[in-house]
Amino acid sequence: MLMKAENISKRYLRKTGGANYFLAVKPLNLELSAGETVVLMGRSGSGKTTLLNMLCGLLSPTEGEVWFNDTSLYRLDDQALSCLRSERIAAVPQGRSAIDTLTVLENILLPAKLYGRSLPVSDARQWMERLDIAHLGDARPAELSGGELRRVAIVRALTQSPDFLFADEPTSDLDDENTRLVLSTLRDYAHERNRAVFIVTHESEAMAYADRSFRMDGGQLIPAADMKGAAPA
Amino acid sequence: MNSISLPVKNLLRRPGRTMALTLLTAFLALAVFGGSVVVLSLRSGLNSLEARLGADIILVPSEAQSKVSFQNMFLQGTTGAFYMDAAVLDKALEVEGVEKAAPQTFLASLKADCCSIKIQVIGIDPQRDFTVQPWIARSLTGALGDMDVAVGCKVEADVGEIIRIYEQRCKVVARLEATGTGLDTAVYCNMNTMNALLQAAEAMGVSHRIESGDQVISAVYVKVKDGYDIGAVNSRLNGHIRKVTAVRTRSMITGVSDSLAGVSRTVTILIAAVWVLAFIILLLAFALIIRERKREFAVLRLAGASRGMLSRMVLLESAMCGLLGGLAGVGLAALFLFPFARLIESALKLPYLMPRTGTVLLLAAGTVLLSALVAALSSVIAAFRLSRVDPGIALREGN
Repeated sequence: MLMKAENISKRYLRKTGGANYFLAVKPLNLELSAGETVVLMGRSGSGKTTLLNMLCGLLSPTEGEVWFNDTSLYRLDDQALSCLRSERIAAVPQGRSAIDTLTVLENILLPAKLYGRSLPVSDARQWMERLDIAHLGDARPAELSGGELRRVAIVRALTQSPDFLFADEPTSDLDDENTRLVLSTLRDYAHERNRAVFIVTHESEAMAYADRSFRMDGGQLIPAADMKGAAPA
Repeated sequence: MNSISLPVKNLLRRPGRTMALTLLTAFLALAVFGGSVVVLSLRSGLNSLEARLGADIILVPSEAQSKVSFQNMFLQGTTGAFYMDAAVLDKALEVEGVEKAAPQTFLASLKADCCSIKIQVIGIDPQRDFTVQPWIARSLTGALGDMDVAVGCKVEADVGEIIRIYEQRCKVVARLEATGTGLDTAVYCNMNTMNALLQAAEAMGVSHRIESGDQVISAVYVKVKDGYDIGAVNSRLNGHIRKVTAVRTRSMITGVSDSLAGVSRTVTILIAAVWVLAFIILLLAFALIIRERKREFAVLRLAGASRGMLSRMVLLESAMCGLLGGLAGVGLAALFLFPFARLIESALKLPYLMPRTGTVLLLAAGTVLLSALVAALSSVIAAFRLSRVDPGIALREGN
């Protein structure tokens, strides 16, 4: 099981300023394999989130291809890509990502419910237990703290049981204890279930949980040292 | 929670927003349904008046036109009486082009001890009559006997009840269907009964009859033979019979028809204005709501919803608002239109006859569907624009 970004780049139209376009992500290649946790760090505006969105099928690259095994993600029609994302690729976006009119549990089960699949309620409850939000199932997102909302988004992604899980700043709004809890949960998910986890973060502590790590600088992807084996238990 | 249940939850859990959109569409439905029922009622009223008059020409005494307004007699049930010699009937039948002629005699009862109610009494000759008799026949099997009366639907008397007219006891044998005109407030009897009533009125000093002999009538209803020009026959009647005026019924109805066209035009313009206004407001409302919910839709995309799913959800949600609004608007209009039909009729001073229940139900269903459709249509642009947005960009913008 492999995800491969082949020479992808992203160019945005700049509405103000001198040049018409700016290159958020310069052409790059990247492979994600089952069983590994990859961490991407970098300054704000360096193109990390853009890269993550392109990898998880949410943002089409200006050039290049993203391969999911033998399937080119952006050659699929919207229906097929959406279905694939719902089943095989999960993403935890930055900021709030809960629908206010649904309860926490309904938010977590949303991907399965959208496609009428059987509801992974026990999985959801296990992940909620693990991330210490088991008591919030019937709560509304408006009643939750920022940290709790982050964990709801992570539980939703984990409950999808995806082959590839992409998390954008999953530890923002979290205290130290919960930061460690989330990072170890994501790493264990990759290792124990033989899935791939890709984390974009400012949190330097995350490096300790990475099998591979990268740095993003001015839209360029720069490999960091191999961190495998350095993670705490 | 799929593309149907999610919109339902959204509507239920955002009551303020739902209420606002529902009210907007209710306003639209109220205007469409209310306006249409009023226009239809006016049209049915006019058709009914035409059918009840049923004649091409009416002959009345020349001085009658100055005594009462025919239009008011037929439209608003104003009471009045005028008389001429019954021989006018035979003279009318002699005129070339006259196919049928039937007499009617009018008598106004009094609001006094001698009479139960103040009404217009109309005597007809069941053998000759071709205007009122077919209408009476729908409610009464057999002929009107002596001292029997058939009452218009707005006369407060039930079948079997005895009403007094100039101290004469008349039995109500039938209640007639509504016509939406002044004819609904009249009482109908045969000529024997009418003569008895006229004599009783005279005996009480209420002088209805003029110096025109024993046998009097008030009007002769004339049907022109096919192929004859009504105007020409009208002129011949005016020339042939002295002291009588022949009036074309079309000319009596033209005034009503013109007023009706005016009211219809006003109502139609109002409906169109409300439509356009409501559509624009809904368009803006949905655009604003969807902009506000950009992040919510991005989350749905993130969870795997396709563009088609999102569009369906948005359209369904707005259609549901439209449906609710349509039901509320139709209900509200019905609350005013039906209990206050008589008030509307007297305010408009035009024939006003509610359409049949089936027509009203169809109109109501059509209005509700239309409201749902308009609400859905007004969200199409917003739904389309929303479905084009890259979820990655929407998530960023929504932050």
